[in-house]
Amino acid sequence: MKKIGKNSVEFNHVYLRTSSAISGPKEAEGPLGQYFDASYKDNYCGGQNWEQAEIILQQHAIEAALSKSGLKMDEIDLAIGGDLNNQIAVTNYSLRAYDVAYLGVFSACSTCTQSMLLAAMLVDSGYGENIMTITSSHNSTSERQFRYPTEYGGQKPTSMTSTATGAGASIISSIPSSIRVTRATIGKIIDPDLSDAQDMGRTMAPAAATTFKTHLEDFQIEPSEYDLILTGDLSKYGSEIFLKILEEWQIQTPENTNDAGLMLYDIEKQNVFAGGSGCGCVTLVTLGYVVHALKTGKYNKVLIIATGALMNPIMVAQNESIPAIAHAIALERSML
Amino acid sequence: MEKQVFQKVLNENKVKRPVFLNAVKAFITGGVICFIAQVILYLFKDKVGLPKDQANSLMYIVVVGVTSILTGFGIFDKIGQFSGAGTLIPITGFSNSMTSAALESKSEGIVLGIMTNMFKLAGAVIAAGVVSAFISGLIIYLVR
Repeated sequence: MKKIGKNSVEFNHVYLRTSSAISGPKEAEGPLGQYFDASYKDNYCGGQNWEQAEIILQQHAIEAALSKSGLKMDEIDLAIGGDLNNQIAVTNYSLRAYDVAYLGVFSACSTCTQSMLLAAMLVDSGYGENIMTITSSHNSTSERQFRYPTEYGGQKPTSMTSTATGAGASIISSIPSSIRVTRATIGKIIDPDLSDAQDMGRTMAPAAATTFKTHLEDFQIEPSEYDLILTGDLSKYGSEIFLKILEEWQIQTPENTNDAGLMLYDIEKQNVFAGGSGCGCVTLVTLGYVVHALKTGKYNKVLIIATGALMNPIMVAQNESIPAIAHAIALERSML
Repeated sequence: MEKQVFQKVLNENKVKRPVFLNAVKAFITGGVICFIAQVILYLFKDKVGLPKDQANSLMYIVVVGVTSILTGFGIFDKIGQFSGAGTLIPITGFSNSMTSAALESKSEGIVLGIMTNMFKLAGAVIAAGVVSAFISGLIIYLVR
């Protein structure tokens, strides 16, 4: 592992050994439904309440990653992960069932890439051979915590994003496999002075653009380096802002840019307003679809810039704005 | 420096809300709800022959009850998404805010969940109602 530029690292021998993606019903009906390992038919996922449902999703993702890789939990040196609930409660409770060392992390939706880049750093610095990452979100646990009760009849604006229900796990390893983890850029907090909890895509776009710019500068590469630059989850309005900021900076707008919030759902038909959001969204798209596309050779190099709106309802009620952050990680098809 | 770029781009690309269309939808749905309530009131008062006070109360109970049931079945939030203030401002909005908060908190038990959180959204309406009733009552008293 080598530090590059201001905020980036290049990994030597880090691989994505396996990944799993477990989704809720709406995500399964979306355009990427076929790439998930399993999907639940209702939002309770067989649990008693929404929080239990999210725990079930996470544990299912953990089990799927273990069985796909043929590993047992005692061969996992560390689990890193988080979710959107207060005190990252769901991850804490999911991992209660396992005998494994654990580091909980939170950076809202960018928890997905944050845990993967931390796992990659630890693997490359010799902490262990296999490190598992786990992230999830659930539409109803998020709605009740950050906004209104699920059945509340207030009108939602078009800029609203719909939190995805899903969980994903990955095993980052030093054992060579078909996908390499090559680079990462750590983001900083960017606060564009917006405070609308129903317009998070636009809030996060400056953070995504800043991390992307840092990444390009640190490695001295052009956007065309990657076959896919995946932001997540800026959704419809946030993606527009992301591209316009890059234009202002005269970074040649890459055509190969897409957003996880726009890919997970059919936003014309699925009633998700501006698109998907939440850790589950970028996790499902990355660990379900992108991993599949890298394995089949559709893509060779992919940069994932997961973005998090670090929203706290109390701070927002106190007239504070919403800070945002974005962490990037690059995955590459290896010749194995 | 960078923040100015963000502000410029964000200000140039605001998400427009369809205010006029929302107002029209709210006007129509709000009117329809009031019309239905008026019909219910008419039935209780003139057809059943109840005194005005009782007919009024029964009409409220029916409207609140129906809204509550529709909320429980997951239908009301879809209506609310279309009608906006049209269903939020009449007593239907009050009923929905209480039922939805109660439903949401049911996993935390009856006392700490349902009873504590039931008025989470409706509390503001009650407080505003009591305060404005007090002020207008005071004005009426002083003017007379």
